[in-house]
Amino acid sequence: MFDFSVVTKWVDMMLRQWLPESWVLTTEFVLIGLCVLVGYAIIALVLIYVERKVCAFFQCRLGPNRVGPYGLLQSFADMFKMLTKELIEVNHVDRFLFNLAPYIVIISSVLAFGCIPFAKGLEIIDFNVGVFFLIAVSSIGIVGILLAGWSSNNKYSLIGAMRSGAQMISYELSIGLSILTMVVFSGTMQLSTIVAEQADGWFLFRGHIPALIAFVVYLIAGTAETNRGPFDLPEADSELTAGYHTEYSGMHFGFFYLAEYLNMFVVASVATTIFLGGWMPLHIPGWEAFNAAMDWIPSLLWFIAKVAVVIFIIMWFKWTFPRLRIDQLLRLEWKYLLPINLVNLLLMVLVVVFELHF
Amino acid sequence: MENRQIKEKIAGFLPEAVFVTEEPLMVSVAPMQLPELASWLRNDPELLFDYLVCMTGEDSGEELGVIYHLRSTVHGHSLVLRTATSDRENPELPSVSSIWATANLNEREVYGFFGIRFINHPDMRRLFLRNDWVGYPLRKDYNADPKINPVRLESEESLDVVPAYELHETEEGFDIEEKENVLFDNEEYVVNIGPQHPATHGVLRFRVQLDGETVRKVDVNCGYIHRGIEKMCESLTYPQTLALTDRLDYLSAHQNRHALCLCIEEAMGIEVPERVKYIRTIMDELTRIASHLLFWSTFCMDLGALTAFFYGFRDREKILDMFEETCGGRLIMNYNVIGGVMQDIHPNLIGRIKEFIKYLPPMLKEYHEVFTGNVIAQQRMHGIGVLSREYAISYGVTGPSGRASGWACDVRKIAPYGVYDKVDFKEVVRHDGDVYGRYMVRMDEILESLHILEQLVDNIPAGDYAVKTKPIIRLPEGRYFKSVEACRGEFGVYIESRGDKYPYRLKFRSPGLPLISVVDLLARDGKIADLIAVGGSLDYVVPDIDR
Repeated sequence: MFDFSVVTKWVDMMLRQWLPESWVLTTEFVLIGLCVLVGYAIIALVLIYVERKVCAFFQCRLGPNRVGPYGLLQSFADMFKMLTKELIEVNHVDRFLFNLAPYIVIISSVLAFGCIPFAKGLEIIDFNVGVFFLIAVSSIGIVGILLAGWSSNNKYSLIGAMRSGAQMISYELSIGLSILTMVVFSGTMQLSTIVAEQADGWFLFRGHIPALIAFVVYLIAGTAETNRGPFDLPEADSELTAGYHTEYSGMHFGFFYLAEYLNMFVVASVATTIFLGGWMPLHIPGWEAFNAAMDWIPSLLWFIAKVAVVIFIIMWFKWTFPRLRIDQLLRLEWKYLLPINLVNLLLMVLVVVFELHF
Repeated sequence: MENRQIKEKIAGFLPEAVFVTEEPLMVSVAPMQLPELASWLRNDPELLFDYLVCMTGEDSGEELGVIYHLRSTVHGHSLVLRTATSDRENPELPSVSSIWATANLNEREVYGFFGIRFINHPDMRRLFLRNDWVGYPLRKDYNADPKINPVRLESEESLDVVPAYELHETEEGFDIEEKENVLFDNEEYVVNIGPQHPATHGVLRFRVQLDGETVRKVDVNCGYIHRGIEKMCESLTYPQTLALTDRLDYLSAHQNRHALCLCIEEAMGIEVPERVKYIRTIMDELTRIASHLLFWSTFCMDLGALTAFFYGFRDREKILDMFEETCGGRLIMNYNVIGGVMQDIHPNLIGRIKEFIKYLPPMLKEYHEVFTGNVIAQQRMHGIGVLSREYAISYGVTGPSGRASGWACDVRKIAPYGVYDKVDFKEVVRHDGDVYGRYMVRMDEILESLHILEQLVDNIPAGDYAVKTKPIIRLPEGRYFKSVEACRGEFGVYIESRGDKYPYRLKFRSPGLPLISVVDLLARDGKIADLIAVGGSLDYVVPDIDR
């Protein structure tokens, strides 16, 4: 299987031949930053296109089909439109916080995006508390949303921000606990190790019932965390027009929009990494020929395919379910998901202690 | 009870009452005696006029008055009550809003258009006009000079404190005191839902007092697309007035026009051919299905199920295609005319209806699988916005919303018109009264409408599609009231004719106004999302409210 560290090592060596140590690092940081941002933008645009197509097929429509073949360039065209649009100065807003909010949201999702192991050797941040770091940075986003709602001087935005505060803080618990369950199982918080451990079988299969429960809970909580339907209360268009980003225009709105899709990607990637083996091909112990055949498929492709499946499930939720009410949303978390999670964690500890797993 | 007996009973209770006409029975009383008589009529067990069908302001030239069309939901008899005052400077009449809750908004409408102040009414704001409007448009001596009421560019101030007038008995006699009722305190968090809001289905504005997510009070503000159709009709000939009915509740276009045609035909004494009755009934039922499909789509969208919206529209499109073929229009059909219909049905119509009858039931099954059965949808609908039968009658909430509260108020059954007396159909009545009830009544009514169509479509008799009428139509002097079952409830037309070719007064009893008057009652102490669900389930159409 192709190891991407070959490429990165080669770049590193090339730079070191001509530049001193400090310049090498600086150049590499800039290069990586550029790659992350470009990747970020491209993935977001592709996801927007995919969502529009998927949603169209759910709704007996065709979706974008005019700009480029099959409408492929539609979301790029939309991006350029958004870039050229005016940033409208709304009267009586807290201007500093109002302008800061979209950047906080986007920074949080870029940071989380940076932690994901995309393929063998293709990982930017990898250290022993990777999972912990990921959860920490991804929860910064809520600050941005609260600020956006608070500073907009709009009652709809404020209600939207309050809803999203209540919702995201609640569901963070479920995300944390379901990931913790899997950390207990794997015994490490380093994402690369977690992926490596799944070489003999994905955690979803190896971890028995508790892993399955954790996966389902993670999917529900992850959907809620990204503010997508049926948990799209913060922006509930039929109630709050657009919730916290009602007053935003141009690229500031675009940041919220991109961040929403990237957060969905991050949630799907984490699900893939922790439950579905990350970039690791499907291996079945004992079937050597099968495993070798699976290894022929590039690791990046494995990763993208798994993420695509999870994203499709999340989109499926959105386009079929009606929206929950705020009290039902919180009841689901605090009365059902959280107790289930706690029991599940205990169950997982028992599984690990008595070595009941595969 | 027979009209004769009612007359005797009223004469016994109030000897001063004047009986204007016998059929329908119309009683005229002095303003001072109205509250007493009204509450007696409402509460007497033999009369029990518990449903105020329609309340019409009128300017008879010398007098300003109000006409109340009453009906008993228990005994089925009806009565017209009239009261008037000759004081044109400061006209004051007693309010009946404490007897029939639906009078609340209607009296505000009359106040705005005739300037009649209602004593003991809690909230005397104009319902449709701006607070700074000069003059009373529906009075006959109204000056419509645009200089008096120019198009004002500044926003209207929303009143937090509303005027009210109360009657006090003093030693010298009676004294009317002007006072102020507080609608919203300064401390309250009031959010505007509308006039530009996706969930109000048009330009309607709710001022909602919130406590966190909880709705504490809803104040309905209408009039954003009021076009003064009733005033316009007073200067149009009868055939011309027909064009405006399709623009009231545009989703019940056929039924509205049907009502006006029926009313005029009845006044002229025209008997329409049997074929016309069949065609009109078929069109009415197709409209009902189309409207209920649109209800389903928009209601699902209000609840956040976006895909459902497209399913409903896809199927509604098939009905619109049929309309287009036969009538030439898809939304505004202009099909019914006085004495018949505009042109004969298209030869394809029968086949298309038959196809549609086969096509829709499996789709409805799919709707139920996709949306009704969903656990989230169930939680959002059950037990939300419960409207009791008593309130439904008092507020005059008819149609599917009234029937969901257990009130069998279907005009097609009470006073059959068209060929509804010849077809077999079930009046869908449920007793839950919540959002789910209102939703299910509509879904079941689609099936009933299909059942009606099934019986009619093969049996359309041959004959003329219209009777010849004179080019200029004059109605005999008198007052006429006729109502039909539109998609959202009882749609009534009241015509007062003085023998001219124009109506002296034409009033539409809109089914939508009672619907929005219960929003406050139903949404109070619920969540914001419940307000949206309640609004969606009532299925009001704004142009119908703002006539």
